[in-house]
Amino acid sequence: MKLLKPAAAGTLESSDCFVSIEPSENGIEIDLKSDVIRQFGDRIREVIGETLETLGIENCTISVTDKGALDCTIRARVESAAFRSAEIKEEIPWEKL
Amino acid sequence: MGEALTDKKKRLRRSMLFLNAQKPSLIRDAYLYGPDSLMFDLEDAVAENQKDSARFSLYNALRNIDYGRSEKIVRINGLDTPHWREDVRCAVAAGCDSIRLPKTETARDISILEEEVFKAEKEFGIEEGTVLLMAAIESARGVINCMEICTASDRLFGIALSGGDYTKDLQTTLSPTGVELMGARQHMIIAARAAKVQCFDTVYTNVNDLDGFRHETEMIKQMGFDGKSLINPRQIPIVHGVFTPTDKEIEFAKKVVREIEEKSAQGIGVFTVDGKMIDIAFYDGARRTLEMARASGKLR
Repeated sequence: MKLLKPAAAGTLESSDCFVSIEPSENGIEIDLKSDVIRQFGDRIREVIGETLETLGIENCTISVTDKGALDCTIRARVESAAFRSAEIKEEIPWEKL
Repeated sequence: MGEALTDKKKRLRRSMLFLNAQKPSLIRDAYLYGPDSLMFDLEDAVAENQKDSARFSLYNALRNIDYGRSEKIVRINGLDTPHWREDVRCAVAAGCDSIRLPKTETARDISILEEEVFKAEKEFGIEEGTVLLMAAIESARGVINCMEICTASDRLFGIALSGGDYTKDLQTTLSPTGVELMGARQHMIIAARAAKVQCFDTVYTNVNDLDGFRHETEMIKQMGFDGKSLINPRQIPIVHGVFTPTDKEIEFAKKVVREIEEKSAQGIGVFTVDGKMIDIAFYDGARRTLEMARASGKLR
């Protein structure tokens, strides 16, 4: 997936996370903020990395502010931000997510 | 129609709890309250600029969260929007049980949706006919056309009244007595029963008025409705309580089922149970009573 512009998704409500993403040329850079970073920081980074890999994104700067989101919510917000960045609104390849 | 599809269409649906598919806190916890059906909303609860994000949220929730025994229904956006086709692809790919079409007015609306669901099942390798449909009736035209809507598809398991939009179309407002909804309720339940599909009442919007909610639920049960759309988990135990048969009703239903099975084996069609005339016409109703008693935990 080719990212085209800065984009964001999610909220700062409890159980959610806010994700912003933008194209870059320096590999994957993750900036993570979370109230539970000591306990779950590694796991959250892992979910973000796996999701980007599934989407075929090799270069981006991604910022995630976590408010206690489940893995599936983190995946959903990263996907949402990435597809917005790539300006893909329809014919989402659901079976590959 | 296969037996499995018939069973899926007839499952118990006393409570259908609406939840915004875009809200992680709701999609994570709502099933804990034990509604018969969860209604993941992609339509009115989701802001226009969040429709895409709500789909990713829905997809990941349905793929990853175990919703136990609760049925997973997705309310898609209407056929008059640019969103509904992608909603269908997302819902089907995610493994929903059913899709609810808002603002249904004609049989053709259901046919158009069915075709898209069929395409999505094929695209995502899901067996044809897996995803069921239900139609929300939200206008005078929809009420008038209920019978053709109820019989538009083998996949359609039921129709539901959406009172807010319907009263706008009637040029009136919702009132505590619900008198403005009576014509639609009566017409819809008659059409649904004639077509042998289920019928569901609209939401009760004052979540703090639990007595009013109970009264309305008792009324729609007496009218013949199968259940009610809900907007707050606090309403679930009240609906389940109203739809739970009494001990007397359960005992009578047991006798009716037993007697009909025994008497029909002996070639007897009409007889009495506790002084009441009984024939085969009572069989399904009695079995339904026992099914509701089992669902409520009063019968094993």
